[in-house]
Amino acid sequence: MNFSWISSYWPLLAAGAVQTVLLLVISVGFGFILAICLALAQVSGPRWLKWLTRGYCTCLRGTPLLIQLWLLYYGVGSLLPLVPGLRGSFLWPIVREGFFFAALSFTLNYAAYEAEVLRGALLAVPKGELEAGRSFGMSSWTLLRRIWLPRAIRIALPTIAGEVVLQLKATPLAFTVTVMDLYAVAYKVRQDTLLVYEPLMVVTVFYVLLTLLITRAFKLLEAQVPARR
Amino acid sequence: MSSTQSMLELLSPYPPGWGGVLLSGALSTVMISLGAYLVGMLIGLLGAIGKLKGNRPVLFVLDVYTTAVRAIPELILIIGLYYAGTDGLNRILLSLGLPAIEVNGFVAAIAVLGIVQGAYMTEVLRGAILAIPVGQIEAASAFGMRPFLRFRRIVLPALMPNALPGLANLWMSVTKDSALIAVVGYQELALATRLAAGNTKHYFLFFLAAAALYLVITLLSNVVFGLLESRFRRGQPKTA
Repeated sequence: MNFSWISSYWPLLAAGAVQTVLLLVISVGFGFILAICLALAQVSGPRWLKWLTRGYCTCLRGTPLLIQLWLLYYGVGSLLPLVPGLRGSFLWPIVREGFFFAALSFTLNYAAYEAEVLRGALLAVPKGELEAGRSFGMSSWTLLRRIWLPRAIRIALPTIAGEVVLQLKATPLAFTVTVMDLYAVAYKVRQDTLLVYEPLMVVTVFYVLLTLLITRAFKLLEAQVPARR
Repeated sequence: MSSTQSMLELLSPYPPGWGGVLLSGALSTVMISLGAYLVGMLIGLLGAIGKLKGNRPVLFVLDVYTTAVRAIPELILIIGLYYAGTDGLNRILLSLGLPAIEVNGFVAAIAVLGIVQGAYMTEVLRGAILAIPVGQIEAASAFGMRPFLRFRRIVLPALMPNALPGLANLWMSVTKDSALIAVVGYQELALATRLAAGNTKHYFLFFLAAAALYLVITLLSNVVFGLLESRFRRGQPKTA
Protein backbone atom coordinates (compact mmCIF):
# COMPACT_ATOMS: atom_id res chain seq x y z
CA MET A 1 0.00 0.00 0.00
CA ASN A 2 1.42 3.30 -1.05
CA PHE A 3 -0.34 6.51 -0.16
CA SER A 4 2.48 9.00 -0.75
CA TRP A 5 0.72 10.28 -3.88
CA ILE A 6 -1.89 11.99 -1.70
CA SER A 7 0.49 14.79 -0.78
CA SER A 8 0.77 15.93 -4.39
CA TYR A 9 -2.78 15.09 -5.47
CA TRP A 10 -4.83 16.47 -2.62
CA PRO A 11 -5.79 19.72 -4.43
CA LEU A 12 -7.17 17.61 -7.27
CA LEU A 13 -8.96 15.34 -4.82
CA ALA A 14 -10.53 18.33 -3.11
CA ALA A 15 -11.60 19.80 -6.45
CA GLY A 16 -13.03 16.41 -7.41
CA ALA A 17 -14.98 16.22 -4.17
CA VAL A 18 -16.41 19.68 -4.88
CA GLN A 19 -17.50 18.58 -8.36
CA THR A 20 -19.14 15.45 -6.96
CA VAL A 21 -21.01 17.38 -4.28
CA LEU A 22 -21.98 20.04 -6.81
CA LEU A 23 -23.40 17.41 -9.16
CA LEU A 24 -25.32 15.88 -6.27
CA VAL A 25 -26.71 19.19 -5.01
CA ILE A 26 -27.72 20.42 -8.47
CA SER A 27 -29.38 17.18 -9.48
CA VAL A 28 -31.19 16.70 -6.19
CA GLY A 29 -32.23 20.36 -5.92
CA PHE A 30 -33.57 20.87 -9.43
CA GLY A 31 -34.70 17.26 -9.69
CA PHE A 32 -36.82 17.65 -6.60
CA ILE A 33 -38.59 20.72 -7.98
CA LEU A 34 -39.21 18.94 -11.27
CA ALA A 35 -40.38 15.85 -9.37
CA ILE A 36 -43.00 17.86 -7.46
CA CYS A 37 -44.42 19.11 -10.77
CA LEU A 38 -44.36 15.60 -12.28
CA ALA A 39 -46.00 14.05 -9.22
CA LEU A 40 -48.72 16.71 -9.07
CA ALA A 41 -49.37 16.25 -12.77
CA GLN A 42 -49.80 12.53 -12.23
CA VAL A 43 -52.03 12.89 -9.21
CA SER A 44 -54.30 15.73 -10.27
CA GLY A 45 -53.50 16.71 -13.85
CA PRO A 46 -55.73 16.27 -16.89
CA ARG A 47 -55.60 12.88 -18.53
CA TRP A 48 -53.19 13.78 -21.37
CA LEU A 49 -50.75 15.23 -18.85
CA LYS A 50 -51.01 12.10 -16.70
CA TRP A 51 -50.13 9.96 -19.68
CA LEU A 52 -47.28 12.21 -20.65
CA THR A 53 -45.70 12.23 -17.19
CA ARG A 54 -46.26 8.48 -16.77
CA GLY A 55 -44.45 7.95 -20.05
CA TYR A 56 -41.62 10.21 -18.96
CA CYS A 57 -41.15 8.32 -15.70
CA THR A 58 -41.34 4.92 -17.39
CA CYS A 59 -38.81 5.85 -20.06
CA LEU A 60 -36.30 7.36 -17.64
CA ARG A 61 -36.68 4.59 -15.08
CA GLY A 62 -36.56 1.89 -17.73
CA THR A 63 -33.24 2.83 -19.32
CA PRO A 64 -29.78 2.97 -17.74
CA LEU A 65 -28.52 6.34 -16.59
CA LEU A 66 -25.32 5.72 -18.55
CA ILE A 67 -27.28 5.54 -21.81
CA GLN A 68 -29.24 8.67 -20.94
CA LEU A 69 -26.02 10.49 -20.17
CA TRP A 70 -24.38 9.40 -23.40
CA LEU A 71 -27.54 10.19 -25.39
CA LEU A 72 -27.42 13.73 -24.06
CA TYR A 73 -23.66 14.22 -24.24
CA TYR A 74 -22.89 12.57 -27.57
CA GLY A 75 -26.33 12.74 -29.21
CA VAL A 76 -27.77 16.09 -28.20
CA GLY A 77 -24.27 17.48 -27.76
CA SER A 78 -23.47 16.77 -31.41
CA LEU A 79 -26.68 18.47 -32.52
CA LEU A 80 -26.24 21.59 -30.37
CA PRO A 81 -23.69 23.35 -32.60
CA LEU A 82 -26.32 23.24 -35.35
CA VAL A 83 -28.58 25.54 -33.33
CA PRO A 84 -28.10 28.97 -34.92
CA GLY A 85 -26.63 31.62 -32.67
CA LEU A 86 -25.87 29.28 -29.76
CA ARG A 87 -22.14 29.16 -30.45
CA GLY A 88 -21.74 32.89 -30.07
CA SER A 89 -24.06 33.28 -27.11
CA PHE A 90 -23.07 33.51 -23.45
CA LEU A 91 -24.54 30.03 -22.92
CA TRP A 92 -21.96 28.29 -25.07
CA PRO A 93 -19.17 28.02 -22.45
CA ILE A 94 -21.67 26.25 -20.14
CA VAL A 95 -23.35 24.12 -22.76
CA ARG A 96 -20.17 22.72 -24.26
CA GLU A 97 -18.94 21.27 -20.93
CA GLY A 98 -19.47 17.67 -19.91
CA PHE A 99 -20.54 18.94 -16.51
CA PHE A 100 -23.63 20.56 -17.99
CA PHE A 101 -24.76 17.31 -19.61
CA ALA A 102 -23.99 15.28 -16.49
CA ALA A 103 -25.95 17.66 -14.29
CA LEU A 104 -28.82 17.76 -16.77
CA SER A 105 -29.15 14.00 -17.20
CA PHE A 106 -28.77 13.34 -13.46
CA THR A 107 -31.48 15.92 -12.76
CA LEU A 108 -33.90 14.45 -15.29
CA ASN A 109 -33.21 10.92 -14.05
CA TYR A 110 -33.51 11.81 -10.37
CA ALA A 111 -36.77 13.65 -11.04
CA ALA A 112 -38.29 10.54 -12.62
CA TYR A 113 -37.50 8.35 -9.61
CA GLU A 114 -38.42 11.01 -7.08
CA ALA A 115 -41.72 11.73 -8.84
CA GLU A 116 -42.83 8.14 -8.23
CA VAL A 117 -41.95 8.44 -4.55
CA LEU A 118 -43.79 11.75 -4.20
CA ARG A 119 -46.79 10.46 -6.12
CA GLY A 120 -47.20 7.71 -3.56
CA ALA A 121 -46.69 10.16 -0.71
CA LEU A 122 -49.22 12.65 -2.10
CA LEU A 123 -51.78 9.87 -2.29
CA ALA A 124 -50.92 8.77 1.26
CA VAL A 125 -51.86 12.08 2.89
CA PRO A 126 -55.06 11.42 4.89
CA LYS A 127 -58.12 12.71 3.05
CA GLY A 128 -59.50 14.25 6.24
CA GLU A 129 -56.63 16.71 6.52
CA LEU A 130 -57.19 17.95 2.97
CA GLU A 131 -60.94 18.23 3.60
CA ALA A 132 -60.26 20.13 6.80
CA GLY A 133 -58.08 22.56 4.89
CA ARG A 134 -60.75 23.04 2.23
CA SER A 135 -63.45 23.60 4.82
CA PHE A 136 -61.30 26.42 6.20
CA GLY A 137 -61.71 28.04 2.81
CA MET A 138 -58.14 27.49 1.61
CA SER A 139 -57.62 27.90 -2.10
CA SER A 140 -56.13 24.86 -3.78
CA TRP A 141 -52.73 26.58 -4.00
CA THR A 142 -52.72 27.43 -0.28
CA LEU A 143 -53.86 23.90 0.51
CA LEU A 144 -51.02 22.50 -1.53
CA ARG A 145 -48.43 24.81 -0.02
CA ARG A 146 -49.54 24.55 3.60
CA ILE A 147 -50.85 21.03 3.97
CA TRP A 148 -50.67 18.65 1.06
CA LEU A 149 -47.05 19.08 0.02
CA PRO A 150 -45.45 19.42 3.49
CA ARG A 151 -47.32 16.34 4.71
CA ALA A 152 -46.39 14.37 1.61
CA ILE A 153 -42.71 15.32 1.87
CA ARG A 154 -42.66 14.25 5.51
CA ILE A 155 -44.19 10.92 4.62
CA ALA A 156 -41.65 10.45 1.85
CA LEU A 157 -38.63 11.63 3.84
CA PRO A 158 -37.08 8.21 4.62
CA THR A 159 -37.43 7.18 0.97
CA ILE A 160 -36.01 10.50 -0.20
CA ALA A 161 -32.95 9.93 1.99
CA GLY A 162 -32.42 6.61 0.22
CA GLU A 163 -32.88 8.21 -3.18
CA VAL A 164 -30.31 10.91 -2.42
CA VAL A 165 -27.75 8.27 -1.44
CA LEU A 166 -28.51 6.37 -4.65
CA GLN A 167 -28.02 9.61 -6.57
CA LEU A 168 -24.65 10.14 -4.88
CA LYS A 169 -23.65 6.65 -5.96
CA ALA A 170 -24.66 7.47 -9.54
CA THR A 171 -22.44 10.56 -9.81
CA PRO A 172 -19.19 8.73 -10.73
CA LEU A 173 -20.77 8.07 -14.14
CA ALA A 174 -19.99 11.71 -14.91
CA PHE A 175 -16.37 10.72 -15.41
CA THR A 176 -17.33 9.07 -18.71
CA VAL A 177 -18.17 12.53 -20.08
CA THR A 178 -14.92 14.22 -19.00
CA VAL A 179 -16.12 15.67 -15.68
CA MET A 180 -13.24 15.77 -13.18
CA ASP A 181 -15.23 14.40 -10.24
CA LEU A 182 -13.84 12.32 -7.37
CA TYR A 183 -13.80 9.13 -9.35
CA ALA A 184 -12.15 10.78 -12.34
CA VAL A 185 -9.36 11.97 -10.01
CA ALA A 186 -8.84 8.39 -8.84
CA TYR A 187 -8.67 7.35 -12.48
CA LYS A 188 -6.10 10.02 -13.22
CA VAL A 189 -3.99 8.98 -10.25
CA ARG A 190 -4.11 5.43 -11.51
CA GLN A 191 -2.90 6.50 -14.92
CA ASP A 192 -0.14 8.67 -13.50
CA THR A 193 1.19 6.41 -10.77
CA LEU A 194 0.00 2.94 -11.88
CA LEU A 195 -1.55 2.41 -8.44
CA VAL A 196 -4.91 0.70 -8.86
CA TYR A 197 -6.36 0.13 -5.41
CA GLU A 198 -5.10 2.98 -3.25
CA PRO A 199 -6.85 5.83 -5.12
CA LEU A 200 -10.03 3.76 -5.33
CA MET A 201 -9.88 3.20 -1.57
CA VAL A 202 -9.39 6.88 -0.82
CA VAL A 203 -12.33 8.01 -2.95
CA THR A 204 -14.43 5.17 -1.55
CA VAL A 205 -13.83 6.55 1.93
CA PHE A 206 -15.04 9.93 0.65
CA TYR A 207 -18.21 8.42 -0.75
CA VAL A 208 -18.93 6.44 2.40
CA LEU A 209 -18.38 9.52 4.54
CA LEU A 210 -20.73 11.52 2.31
CA THR A 211 -23.30 8.73 2.61
CA LEU A 212 -23.04 8.83 6.41
CA LEU A 213 -23.38 12.62 6.32
CA ILE A 214 -26.51 12.43 4.16
CA THR A 215 -28.16 9.80 6.34
CA ARG A 216 -27.32 11.79 9.48
CA ALA A 217 -28.72 14.99 7.95
CA PHE A 218 -31.97 13.27 7.02
CA LYS A 219 -32.24 11.72 10.51
CA LEU A 220 -32.00 15.22 11.98
CA LEU A 221 -34.54 16.48 9.46
CA GLU A 222 -36.94 13.69 10.33
CA ALA A 223 -36.51 14.41 14.03
CA GLN A 224 -37.72 17.97 13.44
CA VAL A 225 -41.25 16.70 13.30
CA PRO A 226 -42.41 14.77 16.35
CA ALA A 227 -44.21 11.68 15.13
CA ARG A 228 -46.38 9.32 17.08
CA ARG A 229 -45.55 5.75 16.27
CA MET B 1 -37.35 11.01 -47.12
CA SER B 2 -33.84 9.94 -47.91
CA SER B 3 -32.80 10.55 -44.31
CA THR B 4 -35.40 8.10 -42.98
CA GLN B 5 -34.15 5.55 -45.46
CA SER B 6 -30.53 6.01 -44.40
CA MET B 7 -31.59 5.64 -40.76
CA LEU B 8 -33.28 2.34 -41.56
CA GLU B 9 -30.16 1.25 -43.39
CA LEU B 10 -28.01 2.19 -40.41
CA LEU B 11 -30.22 0.16 -38.08
CA SER B 12 -30.62 -2.83 -40.38
CA PRO B 13 -29.49 -6.08 -38.75
CA TYR B 14 -27.15 -6.96 -41.63
CA PRO B 15 -23.85 -5.22 -42.36
CA PRO B 16 -23.31 -2.43 -43.26
CA GLY B 17 -26.22 -1.74 -40.87
CA TRP B 18 -25.38 -1.78 -37.16
CA GLY B 19 -28.64 -3.32 -35.95
CA GLY B 20 -27.04 -6.74 -35.64
CA VAL B 21 -24.26 -5.39 -33.41
CA LEU B 22 -26.85 -3.71 -31.22
CA LEU B 23 -29.00 -6.81 -31.00
CA SER B 24 -26.10 -9.07 -30.10
CA GLY B 25 -25.10 -6.45 -27.53
CA ALA B 26 -28.62 -6.59 -26.13
CA LEU B 27 -28.40 -10.37 -26.02
CA SER B 28 -25.16 -10.29 -24.07
CA THR B 29 -26.68 -7.68 -21.74
CA VAL B 30 -29.54 -10.08 -21.03
CA MET B 31 -27.15 -13.02 -20.61
CA ILE B 32 -24.88 -11.09 -18.21
CA SER B 33 -27.88 -9.88 -16.25
CA LEU B 34 -29.36 -13.36 -16.07
CA GLY B 35 -26.07 -14.87 -14.95
CA ALA B 36 -25.45 -12.15 -12.38
CA TYR B 37 -29.01 -12.49 -11.15
CA LEU B 38 -28.63 -16.22 -10.55
CA VAL B 39 -25.23 -15.81 -8.89
CA GLY B 40 -26.70 -13.03 -6.78
CA MET B 41 -29.64 -15.21 -5.82
CA LEU B 42 -27.33 -17.99 -4.67
CA ILE B 43 -25.19 -15.58 -2.65
CA GLY B 44 -28.33 -13.90 -1.33
CA LEU B 45 -29.89 -17.16 -0.22
CA LEU B 46 -26.74 -18.25 1.60
CA GLY B 47 -26.34 -14.73 3.00
CA ALA B 48 -29.93 -14.58 4.25
CA ILE B 49 -29.63 -17.98 5.94
CA GLY B 50 -26.29 -16.92 7.40
CA LYS B 51 -27.76 -13.68 8.72
CA LEU B 52 -30.68 -15.49 10.30
CA LYS B 53 -28.91 -18.56 11.66
CA GLY B 54 -25.22 -17.71 11.74
CA ASN B 55 -22.93 -17.19 14.70
CA ARG B 56 -21.17 -13.95 15.59
CA PRO B 57 -18.26 -14.04 13.07
CA VAL B 58 -20.56 -15.02 10.19
CA LEU B 59 -22.97 -12.22 11.10
CA PHE B 60 -20.14 -9.72 11.24
CA VAL B 61 -18.73 -10.71 7.86
CA LEU B 62 -22.16 -10.61 6.25
CA ASP B 63 -22.91 -7.23 7.80
CA VAL B 64 -19.68 -5.79 6.44
CA TYR B 65 -20.46 -7.28 3.01
CA THR B 66 -23.99 -5.93 2.69
CA THR B 67 -23.15 -2.53 4.17
CA ALA B 68 -20.05 -2.04 2.04
CA VAL B 69 -21.75 -3.02 -1.22
CA ARG B 70 -24.69 -0.75 -0.54
CA ALA B 71 -22.56 2.22 0.52
CA ILE B 72 -19.98 2.20 -2.29
CA PRO B 73 -20.94 3.52 -5.75
CA GLU B 74 -21.63 0.68 -8.19
CA LEU B 75 -19.14 1.96 -10.72
CA ILE B 76 -16.27 1.96 -8.22
CA LEU B 77 -17.33 -1.43 -6.90
CA ILE B 78 -17.47 -2.92 -10.37
CA ILE B 79 -14.13 -1.51 -11.43
CA GLY B 80 -12.47 -2.39 -8.12
CA LEU B 81 -13.80 -5.94 -8.10
CA TYR B 82 -13.00 -6.38 -11.77
CA TYR B 83 -9.33 -5.53 -11.32
CA ALA B 84 -8.95 -6.94 -7.81
CA GLY B 85 -10.72 -10.13 -8.85
CA THR B 86 -8.64 -10.89 -11.92
CA ASP B 87 -5.47 -9.73 -10.21
CA GLY B 88 -6.13 -11.69 -7.03
CA LEU B 89 -6.99 -14.84 -8.94
CA ASN B 90 -3.75 -14.66 -10.86
CA ARG B 91 -1.76 -14.07 -7.67
CA ILE B 92 -3.34 -17.13 -6.07
CA LEU B 93 -2.57 -19.16 -9.17
CA LEU B 94 0.99 -17.85 -9.14
CA SER B 95 1.50 -18.80 -5.50
CA LEU B 96 0.24 -22.29 -6.32
CA GLY B 97 2.78 -22.46 -9.09
CA LEU B 98 0.19 -22.37 -11.86
CA PRO B 99 0.42 -20.12 -14.91
CA ALA B 100 -1.61 -16.91 -14.95
CA ILE B 101 -4.88 -16.99 -16.87
CA GLU B 102 -6.74 -14.37 -18.83
CA VAL B 103 -10.14 -14.04 -17.15
CA ASN B 104 -12.97 -14.11 -19.64
CA GLY B 105 -14.76 -10.73 -19.66
CA PHE B 106 -18.15 -12.38 -19.68
CA VAL B 107 -17.41 -14.49 -16.59
CA ALA B 108 -15.82 -11.54 -14.79
CA ALA B 109 -18.84 -9.36 -15.54
CA ILE B 110 -21.22 -11.98 -14.18
CA ALA B 111 -19.10 -12.53 -11.07
CA VAL B 112 -18.75 -8.83 -10.32
CA LEU B 113 -22.41 -7.95 -10.87
CA GLY B 114 -23.41 -11.12 -9.01
CA ILE B 115 -21.46 -10.07 -5.94
CA VAL B 116 -23.17 -6.67 -6.03
CA GLN B 117 -26.59 -8.26 -6.51
CA GLY B 118 -25.92 -10.77 -3.74
CA ALA B 119 -25.76 -8.04 -1.09
CA TYR B 120 -29.13 -6.60 -2.06
CA MET B 121 -30.58 -10.07 -2.52
CA THR B 122 -29.46 -11.04 1.01
CA GLU B 123 -31.56 -8.25 2.48
CA VAL B 124 -34.59 -8.93 0.29
CA LEU B 125 -34.59 -12.66 1.06
CA ARG B 126 -33.90 -12.12 4.76
CA GLY B 127 -36.93 -9.85 4.98
CA ALA B 128 -39.05 -12.32 3.05
CA ILE B 129 -38.04 -15.24 5.29
CA LEU B 130 -38.74 -13.18 8.40
CA ALA B 131 -42.22 -12.45 7.08
CA ILE B 132 -43.15 -16.15 7.09
CA PRO B 133 -45.28 -16.98 10.16
CA VAL B 134 -43.07 -18.93 12.59
CA GLY B 135 -45.86 -21.42 13.22
CA GLN B 136 -45.64 -22.75 9.67
CA ILE B 137 -41.96 -23.55 10.03
CA GLU B 138 -42.50 -25.05 13.49
CA ALA B 139 -45.31 -27.18 12.10
CA ALA B 140 -42.98 -28.47 9.41
CA SER B 141 -40.35 -29.37 12.04
CA ALA B 142 -43.03 -31.01 14.15
CA PHE B 143 -43.84 -33.25 11.17
CA GLY B 144 -40.22 -34.33 11.23
CA MET B 145 -39.16 -32.61 8.01
CA ARG B 146 -35.43 -32.27 7.64
CA PRO B 147 -34.08 -28.72 7.05
CA PHE B 148 -33.67 -29.17 3.31
CA LEU B 149 -37.11 -30.67 2.80
CA ARG B 150 -38.58 -27.98 5.04
CA PHE B 151 -36.91 -25.31 2.99
CA ARG B 152 -38.09 -26.78 -0.30
CA ARG B 153 -41.67 -27.51 0.70
CA ILE B 154 -42.53 -24.80 3.21
CA VAL B 155 -40.08 -21.90 3.33
CA LEU B 156 -39.47 -21.42 -0.39
CA PRO B 157 -43.12 -21.36 -1.51
CA ALA B 158 -44.04 -19.12 1.41
CA LEU B 159 -41.13 -16.78 0.80
CA MET B 160 -41.61 -16.21 -2.90
CA PRO B 161 -44.71 -13.97 -2.80
CA ASN B 162 -43.04 -11.79 -0.16
CA ALA B 163 -39.79 -11.58 -2.02
CA LEU B 164 -41.05 -11.14 -5.58
CA PRO B 165 -41.51 -7.35 -5.61
CA GLY B 166 -37.98 -6.92 -4.26
CA LEU B 167 -36.62 -9.51 -6.67
CA ALA B 168 -38.32 -7.72 -9.58
CA ASN B 169 -36.70 -4.45 -8.51
CA LEU B 170 -33.32 -6.14 -8.38
CA TRP B 171 -33.75 -7.60 -11.85
CA MET B 172 -34.55 -4.14 -13.20
CA SER B 173 -31.51 -2.72 -11.50
CA VAL B 174 -29.16 -5.46 -12.73
CA THR B 175 -30.22 -4.98 -16.34
CA LYS B 176 -29.39 -1.31 -15.98
CA ASP B 177 -26.25 -1.83 -13.90
CA SER B 178 -24.92 -4.15 -16.57
CA ALA B 179 -24.42 -1.03 -18.69
CA LEU B 180 -21.61 -0.13 -16.29
CA ILE B 181 -19.67 -3.14 -17.53
CA ALA B 182 -19.11 -1.06 -20.67
CA VAL B 183 -16.67 1.04 -18.64
CA VAL B 184 -14.35 -1.93 -18.07
CA GLY B 185 -14.51 -2.74 -21.75
CA TYR B 186 -16.75 -5.77 -22.16
CA GLN B 187 -18.98 -5.41 -25.18
CA GLU B 188 -22.61 -5.41 -24.15
CA LEU B 189 -25.39 -3.15 -25.37
CA ALA B 190 -23.99 0.14 -24.05
CA LEU B 191 -20.51 -0.37 -25.47
CA ALA B 192 -21.82 -1.80 -28.75
CA THR B 193 -23.92 1.31 -29.11
CA ARG B 194 -20.98 3.56 -28.46
CA LEU B 195 -19.01 1.66 -31.06
CA ALA B 196 -21.76 1.96 -33.65
CA ALA B 197 -22.35 5.61 -32.85
CA GLY B 198 -18.66 6.43 -32.96
CA ASN B 199 -18.20 4.72 -36.30
CA THR B 200 -21.16 6.30 -38.05
CA LYS B 201 -21.27 9.63 -36.15
CA HIS B 202 -25.00 9.14 -35.68
CA TYR B 203 -24.81 9.44 -31.91
CA PHE B 204 -28.38 10.52 -31.34
CA LEU B 205 -29.92 7.77 -33.43
CA PHE B 206 -27.94 4.93 -31.88
CA PHE B 207 -28.26 5.96 -28.25
CA LEU B 208 -31.97 6.40 -28.78
CA ALA B 209 -32.12 2.92 -30.28
CA ALA B 210 -30.20 1.50 -27.31
CA ALA B 211 -32.52 3.27 -24.88
CA ALA B 212 -35.46 1.74 -26.74
CA LEU B 213 -33.90 -1.73 -26.46
CA TYR B 214 -33.36 -1.31 -22.71
CA LEU B 215 -36.93 -0.08 -22.39
CA VAL B 216 -38.20 -3.15 -24.22
CA ILE B 217 -36.21 -5.38 -21.85
CA THR B 218 -37.68 -3.55 -18.84
CA LEU B 219 -41.26 -3.62 -20.12
CA LEU B 220 -41.06 -7.32 -21.02
CA SER B 221 -39.60 -8.09 -17.58
CA ASN B 222 -42.49 -6.20 -16.02
CA VAL B 223 -44.94 -8.49 -17.80
CA VAL B 224 -43.00 -11.62 -16.81
CA PHE B 225 -42.78 -10.60 -13.15
CA GLY B 226 -46.50 -9.73 -13.16
CA LEU B 227 -47.27 -13.25 -14.38
CA LEU B 228 -44.86 -14.80 -11.87
CA GLU B 229 -46.41 -12.89 -9.03
CA SER B 230 -49.94 -13.93 -9.91
CA ARG B 231 -48.69 -17.52 -10.21
CA PHE B 232 -46.99 -17.49 -6.80
CA ARG B 233 -49.92 -15.70 -5.17
CA ARG B 234 -52.46 -18.20 -6.46
CA GLY B 235 -54.74 -19.35 -3.71
CA GLN B 236 -54.01 -16.28 -1.59
CA PRO B 237 -56.94 -14.02 -0.77
CA LYS B 238 -57.00 -10.91 -2.91
CA THR B 239 -56.43 -7.69 -1.02
CA ALA B 240 -57.61 -4.30 -2.17
